[in-house]
Parts: sequence; structure tokens; C-alpha cells
Amino acid sequence: MNSREEILGRIQQVRISPLPLPVVYGNSLLEPDIETFRQTLESIGGRCFILKDMDEVMPLAVSLFPDVQVVVSGLAQMNQYTLPRRYDQKPHMLENAGLVLLEGRLAVSENGAVWLTEADMIVRVLPFIGEHLVVVVRSSDLVATMHDAYRKIGEGDHGFGVFISGPSKTADIEQSLVLGAHGPRTMTVMLVNES
Amino acid sequence: MIQEEKKHAELAAHFNRDEGRVDWHDRTLWWIRQKRDKAAQSLGDEWEQLRQNASDIKDHTLSNLHEYLTAFESAAMANGIRIHWANDAEEHNAIVLRILRERSVEQVVKSKSMLTEECQLNEYLLARGIEVVDTDLGEHIVQLAGETPSHIVLPCIHWKKEEIGILFHEHLKTPAGLSDPVQLTYAARLHLREKFLTRRAAITGVNFAVAETGEFVVCTNEGNADMGVHLADVHIACMGIEKLIPRRADLGVFLRLLGRSATGQPITTYSSHFIRPGVGQQVHVVLVDNGRTRQLAREGFRNSLKCIRCGACFNTCPVYRRSGGHSYHTAIAGPIGSILSPNLDMRKHADLPFASTLCGSCTNVCPVKIDIHDQLYQWRQVLTKEGHAPVTKTLSMKVMATILSHPVLFLMTGTFMRRIMRWFPFILNHRFNVWSKQREMPLPPKESFTEWYKKQRK
Repeated sequence: MNSREEILGRIQQVRISPLPLPVVYGNSLLEPDIETFRQTLESIGGRCFILKDMDEVMPLAVSLFPDVQVVVSGLAQMNQYTLPRRYDQKPHMLENAGLVLLEGRLAVSENGAVWLTEADMIVRVLPFIGEHLVVVVRSSDLVATMHDAYRKIGEGDHGFGVFISGPSKTADIEQSLVLGAHGPRTMTVMLVNES
Repeated sequence: MIQEEKKHAELAAHFNRDEGRVDWHDRTLWWIRQKRDKAAQSLGDEWEQLRQNASDIKDHTLSNLHEYLTAFESAAMANGIRIHWANDAEEHNAIVLRILRERSVEQVVKSKSMLTEECQLNEYLLARGIEVVDTDLGEHIVQLAGETPSHIVLPCIHWKKEEIGILFHEHLKTPAGLSDPVQLTYAARLHLREKFLTRRAAITGVNFAVAETGEFVVCTNEGNADMGVHLADVHIACMGIEKLIPRRADLGVFLRLLGRSATGQPITTYSSHFIRPGVGQQVHVVLVDNGRTRQLAREGFRNSLKCIRCGACFNTCPVYRRSGGHSYHTAIAGPIGSILSPNLDMRKHADLPFASTLCGSCTNVCPVKIDIHDQLYQWRQVLTKEGHAPVTKTLSMKVMATILSHPVLFLMTGTFMRRIMRWFPFILNHRFNVWSKQREMPLPPKESFTEWYKKQRK
């Protein structure tokens, strides 16, 4: 008998009256709210801008990060910075990425998070390795709670996905909050009103 | 060499020698508790609904664990993830070693996993020539110091920034006297970035595993799990079998509860969902029992397995706050550790359920509604019955039981003690009486209630 069988065997020997599975939780009465999203994101060290349309993304990014050397973008609108396919094989080459701009699938107002899947990231390490991260999300993709987020994500077909809420941080040194532990030191969300 | 195992009381006394430090530790953790309260209250009535839902989901899952484990295994394997099963810590460590050796890996980065602490993986691998770098800043600090984490969420909560500065000066060559958290963190960022970029294997824990989809979720604030995994060829995720939840949608409930309960934030910075391996990558999940099926079989203690390792019970516990994680001599300290550890080794951890005032605050803050303080009390009974309570305690309780069950003996003892305490107060106020250490015995009354009552009736 191998370990798998031993463990499953021990479990089966325990007589537990089955308890019911609750229906999927969805009681939240909250509505998606841009102000809540902005305030929550700002309270955890992120920044939020509301834009009229996608054309405003590039100029804003340039004005926010004038000195950045290496820019990597996953946005169709900024394809002069788009990642060549060869980065698939050598994600380490991205270690000097100064600014990473990606498009998110949705944003969650209760916690200032955005959701990106592998397809949005091009390379899985990209949202984490850059010095600064900007995620662009359409405001029509803003949802209120995590329950709404998972409803929208549905079954998905992604091999990897991540909720990102604010910049990388730690408070491990005497509870002093420091932004920029191992991931991006700043995190900016641009909510675009164009649909 | 057999070392005398110190008990909580002795270790706590040691911790309490520096009263100022204890006050600081206490204040810091209570402040975190208050952040948790604010976050919970911001959800109004919904907080209690979420707690109940989470509790019900976990109760249900534990009552169908066989079905969910096999479902998770099938779904994960269909996605290209390799599943391993380990009966105990030894097997878990051996599996991890084998995977690393197969890929000729000698250097690994590891993000936070209390399970690997429980299994003492680092020491095991180190003894076999494999370097493990803990990449969570707090864990890295205790690793440099040769210590174990003292809190499951805030590993070096017991370290002051000046002390960390000295440690970093020695190991990371930061300037002497540097104690600014921002600069120390930046030094660690650079130091650990080099590790992320050069290590080919990454070990992580698992916060939640979803049976429906075969995916698992890893939550961090630092991004260290992702920096390790996405730059590695091999990802080994270590998981206790109780970490399962049934459906992807259930993640909504748990991710809303975890961050708020742990540190008062609405969600951790990164909540990474792993479904399929990355390009050219191998992903392994090690499912570990290590006493969990034994706990499952203990009806009164079964629901301690609902724990999502948020640490809220630590932050609120007056004993933990004033004795520190290292007083618990086990990987997982605090109230939850005190009901999990006796299952692992009754003799070694018999003192832990007694290191409590049974105030119930832990039960009150637990996001999955584990009845921690009830279980602490139940463990006391189990441990005493099994013969693990100290002889002095069992003997004195037997004497008390005899006195209390014989009315004449009770009256005689009462009269005797009242006289002795009046004439010779020092007899009980001395250092051999544990109860008088920080207390003075009250003055004995002139007469007992029975004597007074009899007088009144005349």
C-alpha cells in the first residue's frame, strides 16, 4: 500500500456525518464604486487615475515616469514597447524592466485589486519583476467584491492568474510599512471610461 | 544527546525578564488586532455571515475529505501538475529532496510555508547539501539569525529594527548602525533579487487548493513567492491535506477573510492562482498528512483543521502577546498551535493547552469559527487522563477532590487553614508556592460561612 492509499484509507475510516455544502456565497449588497476603489488603493500605497479613453494612457505614463529607462508593455496601444516573443524563454532578461504596463481584466472596488491572467502578462514574471507597475482596466470591468470577480472570471481558460492590490510591501521590520519588498515599488491603476 | 525540553511556563518566564520588551511585543500585536477589528467592522453585518459561510464550507470539506482530495488530484493532474502524497514529515522531506535531486538542484528559494517549518524541511535539506533561502523578509531575518519564526504571519515580530540592522550589517554588509526599515528592506530586496534570478527551483506553501479546478492559491504581500516561482524551472508546493476547499467561487469568501483577519488589510498584495505549469516548468504539489488524519478522527478536535493560518488568534491572545512565539516550542505557536500540537506529540506539548486563561478571545476572532478555547479546555482533560499533567497538579487535585467530597474533612481543613494562615501567614507567601509569585494570599476570614450562618440562626 502506498502513501496515497494509506492516507485515503485513514480518512475513510473516520466516521463523520456529512455536513451540507453552503450555496456559493453571493450576499454582498455592495455596488462597484470607483471612489471606493480609488480610496482603498490609495490607502494601501497605490495610485489611481480615471481616464477618458485609451489614448490618454501613454501620455500619462510618460509624465508619471519621465526617467524610466526600460519600458515593457503588454498594451496594444503601446506596441513600440511590446515584448518580443523570445522573452518567453528567458524571463530573467526582464530584470531591468523599469516600467511595466499591462492590461487587467477586471478591478475590485472593495480591495483595490486588479485581476490579470497569463495572457495579459505575456510572461508570468512580468507583473512582479519591474520596478514600477501600471495596470490599465476599463471602468466597465469594475466589480464590487471578490464574489463578483469570481463570477466574472467564471471557468476561465488561464493557466495562471493573479489579483494584485497595490505595490509590493512588507511590515516585517518592526511593523513599519515599506513599499517595494520584492515586487514593484509603485503600482498605478488607470481606469479607462471608454468601452 | 537528550536535551531537557523546556515548558511554556519556564520559557515565558525567560521572555518576561525584559518587561519593557514584553510591553512592546504586547502593544505591537494588540495594534495589529485593532487593525483587524477595523477591517472586520468595515464590512458590517457581512463579517459574521462570511465567518459562518467559511466555517460551513470547511466543516463540509472535512466531512468529505476523501472525495475532495481525489477530485483535486485528478483535476490538477489533468492540468499537468504532479501530485505526491506524504504520510509524515520525513516522507514529505524525502519527496522534496528527490524532486530536487532529479533536477540536480542544489540551491532553492522558499516562500512562507508553515508546513515546511512543521516538517523541518530546511534543516533536512541543508544536511543533505541543499541550500534553502527563505525569501519572505521576516523569515529571511530569522533564518540569518538561526532562529525559527515566532509568529506564522509576522515571523520576526520579536525583533527590533536596531537588532535587524546589526544582523544585516553582518550578513548583508549594510552600514553599521543602519536601522531604518526602508533602507534595510531595500538592502534585502537587492540581496534576495540575486537569489531569485539564479535559483532554478522554488518551494512555496499553499493557502488554498480548489478541488473543482485543481488549482491552488498562494498569497503574499511581498511578491516573493511569484518572484521565486516564475523564474524557476521547478515549483514545489507543499500543502497540508486540510487546505482544500470545494469550488473556485469559495475563494471569494476566504480571500475576503484572510487579509482582514491577519493584518487588517482587505486582501494580500498578491493572490496567485496556479492552474497549469508555466512554459518549460514542472509543478509538484506534495499533499501532507503528518497527523492530520489522526486529528480528523478526534471528534472534539477535528475542526481545528479548519484553520487558514491567519494568525488572528495569536494577535489577540494575552498569553501569546506576553510570552512570545518561542515559548510554545512548536512550529505553530499561539492558541491554534496549542490545540494542534498535542496531537503531534502529546508528551512534548502537554503544557500548551494549559498556557491559556481560557478567555475565549481566540474563538471570537477566528475567521472560520474554530472553538479554540473549548478545545484548549478539552485537551486539558484528555492530557490529564493520558497521564501527561504534572504529578504535583494531579496529586493536589486528587487531594482537593477528597476534601471537597467529605463535609467533615472540608470543615476541619477550612478551620485549620484559617488558623494557620492567621498565625503563620508566611507559610503560603513564599517562593515555593507558585500561586504567591506575583500575588499575595488574601487575609483569611475570622469565621467560615457555615460558622457565621449557624450563629445567625440562633
